[in-house]
Amino acid sequence: MYKILSKKVLNPTVTQMDIEAPLVAKKAQAGQFIILRVDDAGERIPLTVAGFDREKGSVRIIFQIVGATTFKLNQKQEGDYIADFVGPLGKATETTGLKRVCVVGGGVGCAIALPVAQKLHEQGCQVDSIIGFRNKDLVILEDEFKSASKSLKIMTDDGSYGQKGLVTEPLKNALENGAEYDEIFAIGPLVMMKFVVATAKPFGVKTTVSMNPVMIDGTGMCGGCRLTVGGETKFACVDGPDFDGYLVDFDEAMSRGATYRDFERHAYEKTCNLFKKEVE
Amino acid sequence: MTANMSPKRNEMPTQNAVVRASNFNEVALGYSEETAIDEAMRCLTCKNMPCVQGCPVNIHIPEFIEKIKSGDFEGAYQVISQSSSLPAVCGRVCPQETQCEAKCVRGIKGESVGIGRLERFVADWHNAHNTEGVERPQSNGHKVAVVGSGPSGLTCAGDLAKKGYEVTVFEALHLAGGVLVYGIPEFRLPKAVVQKEVDTLKALGVKIETNVVIGKTITVDELFESGFEAVFIGSGAGLPRFMGIKGESLNGVYSANEFLTRNNLMKAYKEGSATPVMQTKKTVVVGGGNVAMDAARTAKRLGADVTVVYRRTENELPARREEVEHAMEEGIAFKFLTNPLEINGKDGWVDGIVCERMELSEPDESGRARPVRVPDSAFTVDADCVIMSIGTSPNPLIKSTTDGLEVNKRGGIVVNEDGLTSRTGIYAGGDAVTGAATVILAMGAGKTAAKAIDEYIKG
Repeated sequence: MYKILSKKVLNPTVTQMDIEAPLVAKKAQAGQFIILRVDDAGERIPLTVAGFDREKGSVRIIFQIVGATTFKLNQKQEGDYIADFVGPLGKATETTGLKRVCVVGGGVGCAIALPVAQKLHEQGCQVDSIIGFRNKDLVILEDEFKSASKSLKIMTDDGSYGQKGLVTEPLKNALENGAEYDEIFAIGPLVMMKFVVATAKPFGVKTTVSMNPVMIDGTGMCGGCRLTVGGETKFACVDGPDFDGYLVDFDEAMSRGATYRDFERHAYEKTCNLFKKEVE
Repeated sequence: MTANMSPKRNEMPTQNAVVRASNFNEVALGYSEETAIDEAMRCLTCKNMPCVQGCPVNIHIPEFIEKIKSGDFEGAYQVISQSSSLPAVCGRVCPQETQCEAKCVRGIKGESVGIGRLERFVADWHNAHNTEGVERPQSNGHKVAVVGSGPSGLTCAGDLAKKGYEVTVFEALHLAGGVLVYGIPEFRLPKAVVQKEVDTLKALGVKIETNVVIGKTITVDELFESGFEAVFIGSGAGLPRFMGIKGESLNGVYSANEFLTRNNLMKAYKEGSATPVMQTKKTVVVGGGNVAMDAARTAKRLGADVTVVYRRTENELPARREEVEHAMEEGIAFKFLTNPLEINGKDGWVDGIVCERMELSEPDESGRARPVRVPDSAFTVDADCVIMSIGTSPNPLIKSTTDGLEVNKRGGIVVNEDGLTSRTGIYAGGDAVTGAATVILAMGAGKTAAKAIDEYIKG
């Protein structure tokens, strides 16, 4: 059992938790992920590490309530326990030697982009960050990004905060105005990452994306997380989750990501309804 | 007592094929006491014990069968447990027909003694009747780490614990048992049986730490630093292989590992499970091993029409004979001498699989006849789900984080005849060494390594 040391609501659909897991905290690095189960009958879900405190022995996760499992996780409070928490899995984000980068985050993906920005910032790299959200209410981690970045641009779909528009717009401007990035890191919805790659490609700037496909064991056994990268089958759990964005087949990843959409929607509705009944 | 000279062995009672094809209860029901004694009477108690040589863990087979003859079932269990840590498992999943039973003298002019069935009977009898706890041996003060709680790891841990070692088993998943819990289905190996064997090991003093991925959470070198004197790596089979044909990334294509893990470990077959599995109508399983049979029979139980596609003939199927027979009885179709070329898709989902005919040619290096293509023989099999069951390659996590650990070109850890790797104090066995093989071979490797580790530590 793993204790929830703290819980913070970042916005109506996104929650942050620090979980007591000293062995994971000792090893975790930006870009890696964990797998958790909320309770004994629960499914295994992967979440990318949003932070860690090696001294306290805690690992930070930030999740969006999108399905039955994240709904149940969100019902847990500070001091409660979850059944399983294993990691750190996957490879850490490669940051060696980088001097100037652009970090692009979208929605809850910003939670994963932040430790990458922080790591780069700490090693003396100049970080320009662009983070995008649907609207003002969904903006998270603004202060944290500010302190890890030389410049920060916030984009919202409806213009209710920051600038109106997509994250690709300021990226394109920067590249057109001669920004010389060693690398771009894009972490967010698949469609966002796909278009960040499309924006960067004409300028030839290396673009790394963080993939988050369906997973079960997360240790290189089941093969559920496979992706096509450069025409080859790769497994996000052991070969990733970071990949060269130029080589990832995003359309296929989007199609595979929808495999259980109906099941997940039903499970979510059922769980919500059960909860509502309990509350009544 | 008079010997039973019937050329036929006692049949294993099973659930009716039509009934069982839609439930997940165990297929084989086990011998009664009377049947077990009658079957035991068929054993001639040969002096040279050819059957024992056929057993990877050298169970004293004639000795335990003698005990059954006299109705001393607990005594029979004690004989088996000297050599095997998992008798209830082996009695169910060992390919006895190519091991102990293949050497049985009764098999020359008739059917061999049903050794596997008797082993299962004895283990089940013990589990049902035994009330005495396991005696925990006196600790010898030496610590050994075991990586992975599958058959090789559990066997190695059990043998060392019996000798007084303080053994900790590290398991990456949330549940102990390895392939016995995530791979082999409930209807062939009930998970309660596995749990019972794991509990027995715990009673012997074996500690099991779940949710620890060696190579990630803790490295092998850190295990030594924290006081373990030897490490056994039984991390099992790794990434599933795919054919590299078009359409393998369509929705509806599973590796057998994923399909079986969803159903066995995560219980996706049960109503209300939190983990989903696709509801499909026509499933094609590619491959002919035990894993392919498990996947096919699971898909059948989930309500699909199932066809197994295999590129050689029925004679070359690597699966246990009994699994093939059970699969056929349950209405699973087989297309032999058939090899997939491409999976058709429609809106991102599987919509048929294009195959071609094969014919057998000269034997290849494995000794099996090599299948060769029949030109212009392509045809399409209707399908909305394809399960690839064509093997695995060993898990890369430990190799990539352990300096000096030699692996072969297939990624398997290189070991000598004692299970010793290229590094002092590190032993390995099971699928991590051999690539996908059987439970009993993994157990044999765990046993060999336990003996070597004991000799190494005691100097």
